[in-house]
Amino acid sequence: MSNMNTAMIEKYRNNFLKEVEANVEEGEWVKMCMQCGVCSGSCPLGPYWDHPPQEIFMMIRAGKREEVLSSSSMWMCTSCYNCIARCPRGLPITHIMHGLAHYADRLGLAPKEQPTRKFAKHFWDNLTKKGRVNELKLGLKLYFMNGFGEGIKTAMKMKDVGLGMWKSKRLSIGELWGGHSIKDTKGLHAILNKAREIEEAKAKKFEG
Amino acid sequence: MSDEKKTGCYICKGCGIGERLNTSQMATIAEREARANIVREHDFLCSAEGVAMIQNDIDNEGVNHIAIVACSRRAKTEAFNFDGVAISRGNIREGVIWVRPDTDEAQETTQEMAEDYTRMAVFEVNAMNVPKPSGEAEGQTNILIVGGGLSGMTAAIEASKAGYKCTIVEKSGALGGHAAQAWKRIPQHAPYKDPEDTGIDEMIAAIEADPNIEVCLNSRVTRTSGAPGRFSADISTESGDTKTENFGAIIQASGYTDHDVSHIDKLGYGNADVITQAELEALAREANGGPIKRPSDGKEVANVVFIQCAGQRSDEEGHLPYCSGHCCLTSIKQAMYFKDQNPDIDTTILYDDLRTPGAGGEDFYRSGQDKQVIFTKGAVNQISSSGNGAKVNFKDRILDEDVEIEADLVVLATGMVPNSGVNIDEVPQDEPGQFEVSVDSILNLTYRQGKDVPQLKYGFSDSHFICFPYETRRTGIYTAGPVRRPMDDQQAIEDATGAALKAIQAAENAQLGRAAHPRSGDLSYPSFRREGCTQCKRCTVECPFGAIDEDEERYPKFNEGRCRRCGTCMGACPVRVISFENYSVDTIGQQIKNIDIPDEFDEKPRILVLACENDAYPALDMAGMAGVEYSAFARVIPVRCLGSTNLIWVTDALNSGYDGCVLMGCQKGENYQCHFVKGSEMAHYRMSKVDDTLQSLSLEPERVATYEVAITDIERAPQLINDMAETIERIGMSPFKF
Ligand code: SF4
Ligand code: SF4
Ligand code: SF4
Repeated sequence: MSNMNTAMIEKYRNNFLKEVEANVEEGEWVKMCMQCGVCSGSCPLGPYWDHPPQEIFMMIRAGKREEVLSSSSMWMCTSCYNCIARCPRGLPITHIMHGLAHYADRLGLAPKEQPTRKFAKHFWDNLTKKGRVNELKLGLKLYFMNGFGEGIKTAMKMKDVGLGMWKSKRLSIGELWGGHSIKDTKGLHAILNKAREIEEAKAKKFEG
Repeated sequence: MSDEKKTGCYICKGCGIGERLNTSQMATIAEREARANIVREHDFLCSAEGVAMIQNDIDNEGVNHIAIVACSRRAKTEAFNFDGVAISRGNIREGVIWVRPDTDEAQETTQEMAEDYTRMAVFEVNAMNVPKPSGEAEGQTNILIVGGGLSGMTAAIEASKAGYKCTIVEKSGALGGHAAQAWKRIPQHAPYKDPEDTGIDEMIAAIEADPNIEVCLNSRVTRTSGAPGRFSADISTESGDTKTENFGAIIQASGYTDHDVSHIDKLGYGNADVITQAELEALAREANGGPIKRPSDGKEVANVVFIQCAGQRSDEEGHLPYCSGHCCLTSIKQAMYFKDQNPDIDTTILYDDLRTPGAGGEDFYRSGQDKQVIFTKGAVNQISSSGNGAKVNFKDRILDEDVEIEADLVVLATGMVPNSGVNIDEVPQDEPGQFEVSVDSILNLTYRQGKDVPQLKYGFSDSHFICFPYETRRTGIYTAGPVRRPMDDQQAIEDATGAALKAIQAAENAQLGRAAHPRSGDLSYPSFRREGCTQCKRCTVECPFGAIDEDEERYPKFNEGRCRRCGTCMGACPVRVISFENYSVDTIGQQIKNIDIPDEFDEKPRILVLACENDAYPALDMAGMAGVEYSAFARVIPVRCLGSTNLIWVTDALNSGYDGCVLMGCQKGENYQCHFVKGSEMAHYRMSKVDDTLQSLSLEPERVATYEVAITDIERAPQLINDMAETIERIGMSPFKF
């Protein structure tokens, strides 16, 4: 358990709703949910979630901190915005889902093997390196995310797509060495470092 | 104007009637067969010129009975409104040309229809008299208000503002009722965010300062007799003093009692820290804005759980089957008592369906959520003492698990039970001349039908909830507030205001001898021929409005002011001695008798349609407007209420060669639409016995059909007529044609 997590438990005792309000992006909306279930019914992935959005909101109100933060559910959100468009109470549900996922990640409670989370990490690493997404590397990373054997299999399955992209010059083998980049990668890294610094300073406050 | 009957028949040729029908043939029939004294055709009868023609006959020719053969009686009512004469209407537009195709083949039967309606109009009006007020009308307009709670006080203030004197009779020692026991009320004004002051003290002060309003505390009504305009009430104090006063109308605002849930084990009522909403109001008043303390040991409440629908909305034994309408908002309000004082207090509202009606309901709910009141959907398994407050074991219906939470205080939303006095279906009235005061009764009416107003369901007073919700089934007596249906403060205020206006209207109408809703303004009233009466009491029993008492000799005693002019008594009377001047067994009977019945070999059956003038008849008119056709063999006669249908009409019709009868009334039963509440039901009941008559005539039972028809049945009502035409085709013509 991270220090920050312990600090948060200490700070909010059993009032998880308040903790969410204070720390999760758009978290102050959770209390306004009227449990109609429209979001859960609208979510294309809802049936595959352990806890669809309506249930997550109820769990927060019922103080189920561990269960919510370690859940894989919020990570399943594809940002389709169906729920936001339909919620009669106007909750920014999509943003709350991402906010919760991010908060869980910060606290170190997010499920380590959750594929969306893993892919998100790879994507971030890939993007921040050169300021441009390196399709080839990202693709390979994704294929081999679950081991070598899986990777070969997936690569074989997708080879026609790959060849097509190569023929139409959307993919270059050269990308494996270096790859394309923005003009000022240094500047980008400086920005990102500063942002991280600010984030960590914020989190520090709680570790106190 | 002389008393001699002089009949004028006026046939209109406008609206295409002249092109479709041979009106001069109709005029000849009116003159030769129906013997109208004056018969005139006009190209445009409802025009100023046409109306002047009729008025001229009234003024200069002494015409006092007028048959207008034109459009439906529902159309052009303003043009054809002549004072001091009897009027009938033959409906040859909506009822003939608009429901028949304009073809050569149809021409003959369409013309026959129109000729029959001409005969019917003239014979009907000849059987009528000009209605005059009976002279029973009397002059009281002050209003008796029974109950001094929020509804009663509102009614008094409103009536006084309109310039009417009133008397409040309150059984307790103070005005204000339940509302005065509350710490704050649900907000009645935007932005609907916080509880408001109740405003009750100001109301009491206003009443005390108002010379129009008399207040009798510690008092009950121990006898009520009379009718609108001339009610007489005994008002008795606890100490036994009684005074008698006269009133024009009565408002019953007797309110509700909190539902007692002590017998429902799972709610744990009886544990010191498990209380009702009403008891929480008392705690809040005691705290006076400071921290609310729990009853067991006076500890400041840090955690409170509200239980919605506690002992309500369930078929389980001892539960109220209905929703009391206010409790969800009340719990939100009460949760705010805690949150507004200290936001750190945990407040949970355990609900199954949260219902927040009214303009501000949703906003107030959101405000509760905004203040971090936790709303949890679940059902109580068991509430019990925890030794330190109470614990609530419940099933969370969203997360689908059993949960137990501890609380310093549990508040139960137990609901309201109407104070409606005695149920007259179960408690019969004392015999005439032996009236005894009932302590359970609210009004102690001397009416033959019972001491209180009739109830519909669950003890709430009966009223036509769609069309005229304040009218009870006792004319001039209006129920308001939670005795009528469950409601919150704001609804009770609206309700009482409406009832006050209705009461004023009833008192004023009574001065003029006019009927109340739905035949408002009608001057006719039922009278009966004493010599013929067999004292069977059917009229007394069947009158939906308790208008008829019994006199010392056990003859019916009509109270015109209580009568709604439905005619149910007239339909009920087996010896047919009850009639109105302008509506009687004869006015309909004459129409039935004088329709032309072709002989059996003509293959032209006749179908008598008796249609309620409130719903079925307008539906048939609208069918005409919409071009829906029906059989040319039908002859439609509007009736005030199907309840006024006397069996003799049906028997006579069948005896004289009609091939079928279709009766159309409104929906009956618990969700009735009948404008006279019980009329349609009575008619259906009577017609269920028509089989005997049919048997004795050796006629098929299919020849008489009784239906419930709604005003929207524009396709169905004509279809029902056509169905009868088909039935006749199948079973053959009546053998009774001469
Ligand atoms: S749609 Fe909105 S109000 Fe309804 S359950 Fe989902 S978040 Fe709550
Ligand atoms: S935005 Fe996310 S939570 Fe909302 S419907 Fe789409 S996938 Fe579901
Ligand atoms: S049955 Fe109808 S018409 Fe007859 S007395 Fe009662 S209210 Fe009047």
